Amino acid sequence: MPAERDGDEHAVTAELLSANHAAATAAALAGRANRAGRGFGGGVYPITPQSECIELLCRQEIEKGRIVRVESEHSAMAVCMGFSLAGARAFTASSSNGLAYMAENVFAAAMYRLPIVMMAVNRTLGPPWNIWVDHGDTLMLRDSGWIQFYCEDNQEVLDTILLAYRLAEDARVLLPALVCQDAFVLSHTMAQTEVPDQAAVDRFLPPLDLPHRLRDRAVTVGGLDLPHETEVHRRQLEDALRRVPSVHAECQTAFEQVFGRRPADAVVPYRMEDARIAVVSMGTTAATVRRAVDEARAGGQPVGGLRVRMFRPFPELQLAHALAGIERIAVLDRDISLGHGGVLWSELRGAAPRGALVQNYVLGLGGGDIRPEHVSWVIDDLRARCAAGAPEMMEVA
Amino acid sequence: MHEPLLAGFPTAGRRRTEPVLRPGNTNCGGCGMSIAFQMLDRALEDRAIQMVIPACCAIVTPGQYPRSAYGVPVVASTFASAAALATGLAQVAQVNGDPVRVLCWAGDGGTFDIGMATLSAAAERDEDILYVCYDNEIYGNTGGQRSSATPLGAVTTTTPRGKDVRKKDIVGILAAHRVPYAATVSLAHPEDALRKMRHALDAHGFRFLHVLSPCPTGWKSEPAEGIELVRLAVRSGLFPVYEVFEGTRTVINVEPELSAEALERYLGMQNRFRGDRLDLARVSESIRADWKRLRRLAKEVEA
Repeated sequence: MPAERDGDEHAVTAELLSANHAAATAAALAGRANRAGRGFGGGVYPITPQSECIELLCRQEIEKGRIVRVESEHSAMAVCMGFSLAGARAFTASSSNGLAYMAENVFAAAMYRLPIVMMAVNRTLGPPWNIWVDHGDTLMLRDSGWIQFYCEDNQEVLDTILLAYRLAEDARVLLPALVCQDAFVLSHTMAQTEVPDQAAVDRFLPPLDLPHRLRDRAVTVGGLDLPHETEVHRRQLEDALRRVPSVHAECQTAFEQVFGRRPADAVVPYRMEDARIAVVSMGTTAATVRRAVDEARAGGQPVGGLRVRMFRPFPELQLAHALAGIERIAVLDRDISLGHGGVLWSELRGAAPRGALVQNYVLGLGGGDIRPEHVSWVIDDLRARCAAGAPEMMEVA
Repeated sequence: MHEPLLAGFPTAGRRRTEPVLRPGNTNCGGCGMSIAFQMLDRALEDRAIQMVIPACCAIVTPGQYPRSAYGVPVVASTFASAAALATGLAQVAQVNGDPVRVLCWAGDGGTFDIGMATLSAAAERDEDILYVCYDNEIYGNTGGQRSSATPLGAVTTTTPRGKDVRKKDIVGILAAHRVPYAATVSLAHPEDALRKMRHALDAHGFRFLHVLSPCPTGWKSEPAEGIELVRLAVRSGLFPVYEVFEGTRTVINVEPELSAEALERYLGMQNRFRGDRLDLARVSESIRADWKRLRRLAKEVEA
């Protein structure tokens, strides 16, 4: 039985939810909040380990809401583009090869400047087929123009979907947003999650007013560009993404005012105050890193952890600030850009202080269980190094 | 200036201030799609529409951003996505009580080939969409490659000796989805075309129109002879003019001559049928087989 918490400004229900169900709950709340506007639309297609999200969404009562059970992920995004171009709030969810199949329309959604929110359960790309977590699927979409968040727990998934709508729909942004969670570690793990009431969500998410929604005017959306127009359109997309950090900060404050808790920053530090060594990661790996940091600290080592929560736009300034004075940096990648190394590592190197030793560790691919002792080994290895080497491919499974 | 091509097509019902496809478009002379748009324009009268157009000549013809030769709102979708994107538009229109009709306007590549799964799914869901396929029987926009709508024997840039298999029966495929309405449209039979377009615009659920669309560039034919080619395609039986209601009631709208003379003239007027693989007997046999089946379907209704 969900417990009602009294005394708050808004009724908040604490429920035991998987992150898949937290995502569907958030999408339904956001969808209902647009009933005063043009309504809500979901394009849904199953894929393990995301299916529970869309199953719950299909059981929701959403006023002015429509769910379309499409025949592929490619069409799931296409139907969302139609919903959004007609002025409705749109949602879909996918994972792994589903995202790869959807990819063409993922890019199109950003280029149409549509504030669609998608939940992705991070799962290894196949073949061979593997349903467990790594981040290679969504990182493949890093150049698509979507805002990307990587969450660490179920509450963060729910909160980030609500936050993502506000951010994506801001007139200064108008870009789609991807909210990622680790397969099974979050998607199928129940945790106590605070579910806000509809009135609070209504206050946080005013009706969507898409300036370029299709009306009766004879415009052609997405026609032909010559090189100069493409240059301008790409710059507009890039400018919009560059505006995300400041709008995100406003959204965090607005979220806090309505719901009483502040969503995390783009970069989340842990015991970084006097650190000289930093371990950087994304997703649930960050919780494991905290354990290892605590152990290292207990042993007198000046180690801190950094979690990259927002991967696009890449929080270069926040990282540079957080890494100032750090001498050695371990970047943990649950992904690999084959032929190069970890994606996070390759991007983070530009934000590292001059002269810092930045070493890449690729681990936990295909859902390999990253345990605190693996991170402790990373810290020992990093401390023993004279210079950075090639990315270290670890086997933790 | 294309008025003579319309062969007395009625113009009285037209109330729109702007044509669907305005002057300044980049279509080739004699393009069947241009004529189909003129017919749609007349069928529309004052109905409001939104069109979804996937990759095809119809999304090149309006010209480049920020100008557009379309006189109605248009979304350019990705190649395989027209019916799915239109689903979103149509459902939101329905939820909000907008009187707008949502159309897909797609070529044969986007319909018979890459968009087939999306089309099939939207038909199965009976979405409130009118899907018009203007079929020029090739990938015209990319320079004339074969599609699964390319007819037996036709030379394309990827079938240099002529295509050795038949085209898909697209209306049969749609009828198998039991959609409310699926019909072929002959540009040489304007009264029939107008009636079908009006019916399809006013009906609800998924409606499908298949328009044989002459392409002088790809068919290697004379631009002025497009309507004559369609008439010959109908007379020879190569392009049956019929409609299917709810996937069950089949009505033949134009009786063909099924004459060898019409077929030979149809093939002879297009250089795409000069390949050494063209087997006239096989083409004739396929026409006979198609009509046998079509008459059986139409008779089942009468019985």
